[in-house]
Amino acid sequence: MLTNDPLKRVLYIDLARRSFEVKERPELFEENLGGSGVGIRLLEEECPAGADPLGPENPIIFTVGPLVGLYPLASKTVAMFKSPHTGNLGESHAGGRSAVSIRLAGYGAVVIRGASAMPVYLVIDENGAQFRDASALWGTRSSYTTGSVLRRRESGSGTRSIMRIGRAGEKLVSYACVITETYRHFGRLGLGAVFGSKRLKALVVQGKRNLPVADRRAFRAAYDAIFKAAVDSPLMKKYHELGTPINVIPLDTIGALPTRNLQSGRFEGAEAISGESLAAHYLGRRVACAHCPVACIHLAALRLPYPNDPYFYKTLMLGYDHEPIFATGSMLGLGDVPGMLQVLDEIEVQGLDAISAGVTLAWATEAFERGLITEAETDGLPLAFGDAAVYIEAVKRIVSQPTDFYKALARGVEHAASVYGGLDFALAFGGNEMPGYHTGPACHVGWSVGARHSHLDNAGYSLDQNAAKKGQVLTPEFVGTTLLEEERWRQVLTSLVVCLFARGIYDRETTLNALAAAGFEWNVADLERLGTETLRRKIAFKQREGFDFGALRVPQRIIETPSPAGPFDEAFVRAAIASFSEQV
Amino acid sequence: MAKRLSVIDVDRCVGCQACMFACTRRTGSGGLEESCIHVQSAGGIRKGFTVIVCRACTDPPCARVCPTDALTPREGGGVRFKANLCIGCYNCVEACPFGAAFWDATNHKPQICVYCGYCADYCPYGVIALEEVVG
Repeated sequence: MLTNDPLKRVLYIDLARRSFEVKERPELFEENLGGSGVGIRLLEEECPAGADPLGPENPIIFTVGPLVGLYPLASKTVAMFKSPHTGNLGESHAGGRSAVSIRLAGYGAVVIRGASAMPVYLVIDENGAQFRDASALWGTRSSYTTGSVLRRRESGSGTRSIMRIGRAGEKLVSYACVITETYRHFGRLGLGAVFGSKRLKALVVQGKRNLPVADRRAFRAAYDAIFKAAVDSPLMKKYHELGTPINVIPLDTIGALPTRNLQSGRFEGAEAISGESLAAHYLGRRVACAHCPVACIHLAALRLPYPNDPYFYKTLMLGYDHEPIFATGSMLGLGDVPGMLQVLDEIEVQGLDAISAGVTLAWATEAFERGLITEAETDGLPLAFGDAAVYIEAVKRIVSQPTDFYKALARGVEHAASVYGGLDFALAFGGNEMPGYHTGPACHVGWSVGARHSHLDNAGYSLDQNAAKKGQVLTPEFVGTTLLEEERWRQVLTSLVVCLFARGIYDRETTLNALAAAGFEWNVADLERLGTETLRRKIAFKQREGFDFGALRVPQRIIETPSPAGPFDEAFVRAAIASFSEQV
Repeated sequence: MAKRLSVIDVDRCVGCQACMFACTRRTGSGGLEESCIHVQSAGGIRKGFTVIVCRACTDPPCARVCPTDALTPREGGGVRFKANLCIGCYNCVEACPFGAAFWDATNHKPQICVYCGYCADYCPYGVIALEEVVG
């Protein structure tokens, strides 16, 4: 690492003492690059064993990486914390301008300790952190308002990131998210609740400084190769044009689109909620994360009349992706696009993770249909698949928590089903709600074993689909081994903090060239060692906090509902989990 | 004829800021401190973006308020900047109604577009282009 590269600077902020300090830790970044690699090391240092995830002892750690601010698609920030949702590793990634702002403010990592006695927000720039009173912002009904107030109140438009929580974070919903630049999220595993527990309403990070490179000519050459691949190559075309919802119709066609709490893999409304249909009827604007020419963020423009005021309309601009579409569309039986988008809007207003919210409500609806819960529990709300108005109200109640039932829903489907029954159709893996694929056993194994219990850990769904295409039969050992290899390499990508959509562009050679021009001397063996070691440390942290591969619950629903891979049983899933855990 | 950078269609801007990074990279560095083009949201990303470039005025106010002739009008429109003459008074930054005289806080000097068009080569959406100045 170049001696004048600011990546080595770690900003430590103490919310209780309202103080900060900067420490230079070059070895931390030389050994672990950044992102996940540095994040897990800082989490080991900062988070005591058995920490209360909502106590002052739980740290919030943000890390970026060496390629940020230099190369395209190096656009992610990794957040590490102990998850209030699963009780073990909390790791969540977001783009927007977050990574570029942190790096160009002159930091490789930001560590937030303690809890504030009163609501605050922080302004971080190259001079450190300033504490601002957020008591007037606390309790604001809509997360959009918080964004809009901070935009006007703080400087640096264009070279800043505004990370904020909504009411869900304040009310400690265990799957509350942190929203950045309105349309990106540290979505999964409850970072929003950790913010809320610290009375931290928002973080404004401003930065635009220069970064040194080792070799200007090599830097420009490496840059141009990556840029050209991002703009021209077919690798990024699907994200660029229709975006991730390009998956909706293909998944539905093969029977892999989880529908009505995964009672089916096919949804009669798939056409309506597909990327093609949304682009044709609703796409209002495409936007990008900072330094990403691909622009995969698709915003739907939804024009709504006011029912009792003629000639009054409002136009919502809502980000849509495959996962929110699955979670609020097919999973809730909503093929009515305006209805689906309004449910999603309420989720954004409140600041919830869309996947966890949708999957939790899908379970609640089925539990209501089966009589496990009644209107006594729902406080008179007749939950029903396909009813957008009921779901909008339910989302509000998950946050306001008027009854014990909604308090349970605010802790996710695993907890709610453990109280009210229906675990067989409670679709959580490792305590985290399922993503939008039912392609076969490998996807479910993937998010069971994945350190974040996320579809981004290892892409098990692609193993299922490739096997189905080639007519191959998957074995548990193959699934366990392949998922492990994939997750190890992804630790390298998420330590560089390149977007996982660009994983086809940042191959080993491209990555090494880019690093060398920026002054980071690495080789393939060291990168692979870092991947293996980072995953091992993440799993070790999980196990220290009580995670046990052997105790993973396999919801029976995934066995019962036919998948395109054909029948599989729990023994297969358990054997694949065992194969992964033995090798890790 | 003098060239300048034009915003052709701001509604095609996705806010990727590849142009801003190109402008600083032109000097050989990463980051954004030396960029002479700026992209920011038009009041929240839902409303789209504003792209700020030097429009190469034929009677440039930034040059008029420069007390040391560090900024002088360029023939055909726009300005030339001589950093060694600049005392960092900030007058030019305040004089430009577009905000296109940018400020380099490290060197306490303005950053002024040189009309090279390097940024436009990195705009995948045809938002900006180098064009002849039309008076």
